This record gives sequence, structure tokens and C-alpha cells, in this order.
Amino acid sequence: MRMFHFSEGAFQDLPEEDAYDSVRVTLPNRYYDPKVGADNYHRYLDEWLIADDLGLDIMVNEHHQTPTCVDPAAPILLGILARQTKKARLLILGNPIANRNQPVRVAEEMAMIDVISRGRLECGFVRSVPYEVPAANSNPVRMNERMYEALDLIKAAWTHHDGPFSFEGRFFHHRCVNIWPRPYQQPHPPIWISSTSPEGAARVGEGGYVIGCFHTGFDGTRKVFDYYRAGWARAGRKGPVPEDRLGYSALMYVGDTDEEGRAGAQKLLWYLSHNKLPNHFKNPPGYNSYDANIKAFRTGKVGTREQGFVPDLDHEIETGTVFCGNPDTVCRQIKKFYDHVGGFGHLLSMGQAGFLDHAETVKGLKLFASEVYPRLKDLKVTREAAE
Amino acid sequence: MNEALVAGSVAMIASRLQIGDIDLELHRGGAGQTLLFLHGGGGFDPRAPFVADLARHFDVVAPLHPGFGSSSLPFWVDSVDDFVHAHLALMEKLDLRDVILVGVSIGGWVAADLATKNTSRIAKIILVSPVGIKVGPRDRLDIPDIFATSADDLLKLTAADPVRRKPDYAAMSDEELRVLARNRETLALVAWEPYMHNPKLKHRLHAINRPTLILRGDHDRLVGADYVEAYAKLIPGARSETIPGAGHSPQSERAEDFVARVTRFAQG
Repeated sequence: MRMFHFSEGAFQDLPEEDAYDSVRVTLPNRYYDPKVGADNYHRYLDEWLIADDLGLDIMVNEHHQTPTCVDPAAPILLGILARQTKKARLLILGNPIANRNQPVRVAEEMAMIDVISRGRLECGFVRSVPYEVPAANSNPVRMNERMYEALDLIKAAWTHHDGPFSFEGRFFHHRCVNIWPRPYQQPHPPIWISSTSPEGAARVGEGGYVIGCFHTGFDGTRKVFDYYRAGWARAGRKGPVPEDRLGYSALMYVGDTDEEGRAGAQKLLWYLSHNKLPNHFKNPPGYNSYDANIKAFRTGKVGTREQGFVPDLDHEIETGTVFCGNPDTVCRQIKKFYDHVGGFGHLLSMGQAGFLDHAETVKGLKLFASEVYPRLKDLKVTREAAE
Repeated sequence: MNEALVAGSVAMIASRLQIGDIDLELHRGGAGQTLLFLHGGGGFDPRAPFVADLARHFDVVAPLHPGFGSSSLPFWVDSVDDFVHAHLALMEKLDLRDVILVGVSIGGWVAADLATKNTSRIAKIILVSPVGIKVGPRDRLDIPDIFATSADDLLKLTAADPVRRKPDYAAMSDEELRVLARNRETLALVAWEPYMHNPKLKHRLHAINRPTLILRGDHDRLVGADYVEAYAKLIPGARSETIPGAGHSPQSERAEDFVARVTRFAQG
């Protein structure tokens, strides 16, 4: 199993929740102090560099118009990390290509990062969460179709080496595609896609891409992986799904003692509690299923977490959203999860969120690397060349 | 599917109509001059009281736009222009003549766009709370962003009487709610960007060569009075009227007044 250190790079100094309607999309950026923000960027980058030194891998992502993740251009972070890290795999999960109208530009950015890092890019693509839609001004209808057509174009741009080709699709049109540089990894970097729906996850499996799912817990994750396995088999592949096709993201904090581990994890829960959002941002037209919309009409609710939700640490541990405690405890929690979902090869660990400070974050990473990670490497992971 | 829905005393007959690869849901009933009714973003309910009222005076033809109701939505369809071409073909296919063309809200956009392309089968045009043009400043949406507005606030923007107009979702079937969600989705598909307008439409409205009336509810906070005045100025000879006590859907909130004005204009 590989472990990717992940932080959303939050800006934590928010007004009281009653003072705003939505933490995303509309919160005025007068609350953002650029001097604090500069310190934050350097701090979070330092933590990723430490993860690299510790033999861990790195994950970045992007969101827009929100203090919860002040990384609106993840490729910029990756560009820095590609140069400044030595060994870590660099996962971006992911490029919101349903919201970017130049897939070829994305192919170029990712190829650059792959070359600068000498082949360490793990390249993820996402449809993106619903509240990205207003910020990107992106039509929420047919996002899946746009994402997959963009992916086709990006793959074609990465793998054509004999001069220009043209592309005239449903959404994207190019007369002359011939990117420089081409990727370092051949035929291209491993492709990741995040999905949780039955058909969505099956489609990722059918493509043989790596699937990443976030905070889906014990049963949710097993379902997603099963959907993936169904798609994998549907494409005519023999044998079981290699574990390096399956990734799971949880909040994780390792302390010397269970108390210290829990105290760290309690701080990480900021990420779950600071997500005040009105329904019209959670449920843009065409994004959610008709069943989810029918439920929203009937109940006035969208999603499972209600406004004013205060996460309970024990509950989050029980559901598999959080791994925390002393090294033995965390090992046990991860192994239990691993067995429950039928194995997975990538642990995407949100090891920093909210007010967990630099020293605390680094301590958790170091303990994980020295006391937990060696024991997870015993878990069998099969490797297979990138599809 | 063929079923007669008794709306008041006048039966509306439901049928299907194939336009190219689009399968349209169509309702027709009443007698008299043909009135082609192009519905707004909420869709079309043949049981609405104003439909029966209209059908006492007209041969009412009410297609559901592609992607609304049970009309199909082929993958290539994504714009008001696509709707317009479907409805032009529908008028050909049904051989509608001397038509009173009525379009409400986004249906008003469809009607206005249609009339810039071909008025040969049209006698008169009535646009009701129409969207489709951009006349205000660049740093302000002409039409408030309905996709970034809560359901309660949207009701306040669109209804003269929000309490009476509040939809009773509990009384609706899953299928009816599914249609509502799909209507909203198709509305976003065609009206997301540019938001609720085609930048070119206002430059084409000069070509409309049929008498045109624009109706607006005095409580409509989506489509403002200035917007309607600008619309009327862009269409040769067009005039506007205000319906008191109505919001964005005067045909529902003030059905009697609405039908009276439509009838008067059609017969005048």
C-alpha cells in the first residue's frame, strides 16, 4: 500500500458561521489575508516536502472560491513540487476537466509536470463537486460526457508522436494538436478518476483507470469498489482487480498515544464541519440523479449531512471516515478497513486540515512513516503497468 | 400514448410528434384560430385552468420543448435555436396557418427567435414575461440568477402571491417530480451561458414583421419593466401591457385577465 499525504490548504480564520450563507462560492475574499495566505502556502508546501523526505507520496487537489481549499490551480502547486521533491509520486486528484474548456492545455500542463518530475505524476481527473459549477461558470448538465470527451482528447494528445492530429468532438474542437513536451512516462502517466455512483465507478473500472473515493466509509467504499470490479470485468479482463487500481481517502492522524491521535483527528474534523452550503449550490440542475432530486423536493434536503452538522469523532472512526490513535490502533483500523473493502492499494490521507498546526502535522506524518507505514507494506499489492 | 385530459369543459388530447430524431409530447384541444403555446421553464400542464380558458377561444397546440415533460432530448440538442427549428418543423408538419404564437418566459425567447427566422405561418405574436435578450449593463445580470437562488427566494421573485403559488410537492407523484427535475435540467442546458439570452437576438428582432404584444405581470421580479420596454422597442410596432396582480406567470396567477388580453389582441 502507498500513502499519499493530502491537504486542501485551508485558510482557517473564518467569521462565525452565522455571518455567511455559504462557505463556498460567495464568501467575500476580504476575509482572506494575503500575508497569512503566503505563510500558509509555504507551510503546506514544506509539509509536502517533509512527506517526500519521509518516503511518502503526495496528493494535491483544487477547489474554487472557497477558504476551505485555497488551491484554485493545483497544477501550480504540482509545478513547485515536481521541482522540489525527489522521490514522491505526485497525485493530482484532480483536474476538473468538465470545467476547463481547453483539455489540450491540461494535457500540456500535466506533461510538463511529468517531465520536470522525471515521471512521477499520477494524473487524476474529476467531474468535480457541484459547488464548483457557479465558480467555473460551467454548465452542470452533461458534465460526465464533457469529462470523458476531454479525457479522450488528453489521452490522444499524450500519445500521438508523429505530428499534428485533429479532433472534432461533441464539445471540443481542435485543428492541430501536437503537444510539446510529451509525457515522461510511456504511454502516459497513470490516470485516476474519482467516482462513487454505480455507473460512474463501473465506467472507471471499464477504462482500467485508478479509482479514488473520498470519505465513503466501510460500506460505501466496498460498494464503490464492487461497482468498479463489475466494470473491470465487463471490459473482458481476466482475474481480480489489482489493488493499485483502488484508492481511498480518509482523515488520518497518528499520535504517540491514542489520546494524542484522537486530539489530532478532532482538529481534522474542521474539514467536515466547515462546509455550510445552501441547496442551490449543492444541487445545481442536471448534476445529481433524478432520485436525489425527488428526495430533495420531498424533504428539502440535499445529501446526507445537514446544515449545522457537528461531526462526532467516535462515529467518524466507526464509519471509517477517520483513522486515528497510536500507531497500533491506526494499523488495526486500516487493516480492518482494508479487509472489509476487499483490499486497496492507495491510502489518500488527509493528514492536515483545519487548525492542525505545522508541528502537529509533521509529528503525525513522522509517526505514520516510521511506525505504521512499514507494517502496511506487508499488505499484498499487485502492480500492473498503467493502462 | 393518446389520452384525453378533460380540462374544464374542453378536452386536450395528448399525442406524440416526431420531428427528425426528436420525439415531442404534444397537447391539442379547442376550436377556432390556431394558438401555438410555447411554455416556460417550468414545463406545461394541460390541466392548468388557463389552458381550458384558451381552448374555449382557440385551437390550442402546445408542444413540450425537447427535454421537457416527456419530450426526448437527443444529445445534439442544447440550445433555444434547436427548439426553434423543432417548432418551425412542427408548424410545417401540422400545417398550422394564421397562427397566434404565444411564448411564456423561455418560451417567449423561443417565440421571438422563431419569429426572426420565419413568420410565414404566423399571424400575431404574444410574448409573456419573455427572456432572451441582454440590454442592461455588463456588470449586472438582466435576469436574476435563478440557479443561485433558494427555492423560497425564487418564489418571491416570480410570484405575486408566494404563499398561494408555493408548490405542493407532497401531493405530486415521483414521476411528476422527476419531470420537474428534468425540466430544470433542460432549462439550464439551454440557458446557462450566456445566461438566459442570446447576444445576437436583439440584433435580429427588427426582422419580426407581425403585430406583437408583450405581457408582463406587475409583480414579476425576474423580468423587469425596463427589460420589457427594451424588448418592445426592438420589435417593430410592438407594444406592451402590464397585468396587475401577477408575477412571472400571469397565465397562472391571473388566468382570466391573461386570456382576455390574448383574445382581444388576437381578434383585434
